Amino acid sequence: MFAYIMRRLAVAIPTLLLLIVFSFVLMHMAPGGPFTQERALPPQVIANLNAKYGLDQPLWRQIASYLWGIVANFDFGPSFVYPDRTVNQLIAAGFPVTLTYGTLSFIAAVVVGVGLGVVAAIWHNGFLDYLAVGISIGAQVLPNFVMAPILVLVFTLWYRMLPGGGWSFEDPSYWIMPVIALGTSYMASIARITRSSMLEVLGSNHIRTARAKGMPEHRVILRHALKPALLPVISYLGPVFVSMITGSVVIDVYFSTGGIGKAFVDSALNRDYAVMMGVTILVGALTILFNLVVDILYAWIDPKIRY
Amino acid sequence: MALLELHDLSVRFATNDGEVQAVNEVSLSIDAGETLGIVGESGSGKSQLSFAVMGLLARNGRASGRVVFDGQDILNARAKVLNHIRAEKIAMIFQDPMTSLNPYMRVADQMAEVLMLHKGMGKRQAVAEAVQMLDAVRIPDAKGRVRLYPHEFSGGMRQRVMIAMALLCRPQLLIADEPTTALDVTVQAQIMTLLADLQREFGMAMVLITHDLGVVAGSCERVAVMYGGRIRETGPVGPLFHDPAHPYTQGLLAAIPRIDQQGDTLSVIPGAPPNMTHPPAGCAFEPRCPYRRADCASLRPPLEDFAPARARACFAPLADVRAHRHNARLDDLETGTRAPSRDEPVPRAALAGAGMAGTPSKVDE
Repeated sequence: MFAYIMRRLAVAIPTLLLLIVFSFVLMHMAPGGPFTQERALPPQVIANLNAKYGLDQPLWRQIASYLWGIVANFDFGPSFVYPDRTVNQLIAAGFPVTLTYGTLSFIAAVVVGVGLGVVAAIWHNGFLDYLAVGISIGAQVLPNFVMAPILVLVFTLWYRMLPGGGWSFEDPSYWIMPVIALGTSYMASIARITRSSMLEVLGSNHIRTARAKGMPEHRVILRHALKPALLPVISYLGPVFVSMITGSVVIDVYFSTGGIGKAFVDSALNRDYAVMMGVTILVGALTILFNLVVDILYAWIDPKIRY
Repeated sequence: MALLELHDLSVRFATNDGEVQAVNEVSLSIDAGETLGIVGESGSGKSQLSFAVMGLLARNGRASGRVVFDGQDILNARAKVLNHIRAEKIAMIFQDPMTSLNPYMRVADQMAEVLMLHKGMGKRQAVAEAVQMLDAVRIPDAKGRVRLYPHEFSGGMRQRVMIAMALLCRPQLLIADEPTTALDVTVQAQIMTLLADLQREFGMAMVLITHDLGVVAGSCERVAVMYGGRIRETGPVGPLFHDPAHPYTQGLLAAIPRIDQQGDTLSVIPGAPPNMTHPPAGCAFEPRCPYRRADCASLRPPLEDFAPARARACFAPLADVRAHRHNARLDDLETGTRAPSRDEPVPRAALAGAGMAGTPSKVDE
């Protein structure tokens, strides 16, 4: 198992390298650049700026020096648009915010989603099933850019219970709406995956054996059915967790949370090459990491999987 | 008094294509310590019959009639009542040992939880008891293997684990639903011998559900032959095999390939089993029956006693059915093959491992 994890981490390095090279090349292939503006700057100014950021070098040199900066100093370079800030500073400012509301949202989505799914499966085709399916379909068709303004309307403008935007690590009332708005549709997907997987497991032979052993139904569900029913949910949760903690531009814009979701989209619009690369690498590394976590969880649940 | 009595047990399934009448008004009884074989092809309702007794029918299944165990009507009883009978009084083993054990739990845990639940044992004591039972079903190195997961056992060993798990609470009745169907022929024989030994040792009754006539001949005292969800013939195993009184039983026995058989065509029952969503109004076997009469398509023959301990559901005169069999024997003699005579024991070797004619697939239900 340990050797397997080491091997997977070793494979992660070339994977990340490929990711960096591909995004770097694609980014530079797109027309425009960080200093392209509606009112064109004098050619001499552009040339000087390009020289300062190394954009006059051949592409392979730029990639090489970028990679060297990361490997040698963990330096992801300066922002091209905000000259006084480095990419590391920008990510350090935004990531804790998205990590906080993303993780809370993830936990809420998993707990509510799995709960709804299990309840629906147990009372299959009963009232609770229809209720749970109804809730999850409702949640699924409400995208976060609809959910967010509704939440603000209700909780901020009508009831004046929650702040309508901004972020504070000290005051949880700022966290509530981002958590709900981000998690709702994921919760719905988790509920539906759990429900169908639970239904399948409940019809399997070893569950019939558990019932034939005289186990009360709640123990059949908790001891025998829940673990296998969660396997497909877990494989879905790996990538979901990454996309949740790396934030959502909709959440960052609606609630002015200042997370990296907005930073990422801004960097793409401004051609802020360094910030874009920085966030891409962060998301890529987290994706690789959590896919590994999913595989380890799989082996922990299913004894037939051994690495 | 009988240990288990079924009175007019029927099982219906609601499906999108209509109601499936899987089991129809079956009445049976099993005495303590007795072995009853229930024989029938796939879809004859034999497995659903046993699931109904245990309250294990699928969600869309409904059972009606009466199931009396030890004087108590347990059909459609509340879960609380059933959970005290399951495993404690009536245990069950299933067809497919590959999937019937929980693949995510160690054997020790799956076995121990039975004793912890029903006998209130602690974990340590329950595991020790489980190891003893694994010894009893002759699993070598039971103490070491109890810590393994089911996929680390072979098919035959898994069925032994199933049997050990079923016997933990020393049930009065064991229902074995095709316990050897998914196993190799050599392993089948071992499992059947083991079941017979354990049955004697524990003094329990057994219902053996199978489509393998060889298995029935080797281990049962009484047989009930099912077709189309109904019992067609019942009787003690010897007389029923030597002198089948129902055309279906006769067809089944004739369809067993024999080692000394001449020629290259096997005997089959022509036609296919009935569709139980739209069962025929009369006898379900009528379309395939060589003795069918005018009434058979519209009237349903009742199960009637015709000799001590024997009953059959057929309108054809018993003499006709017997005469046909006699002629078949003469044919055999003329072609140089030998049919068993009535005084001989049931030819186990010829029957062992024989499948059944008209069995479309291994998949049951």
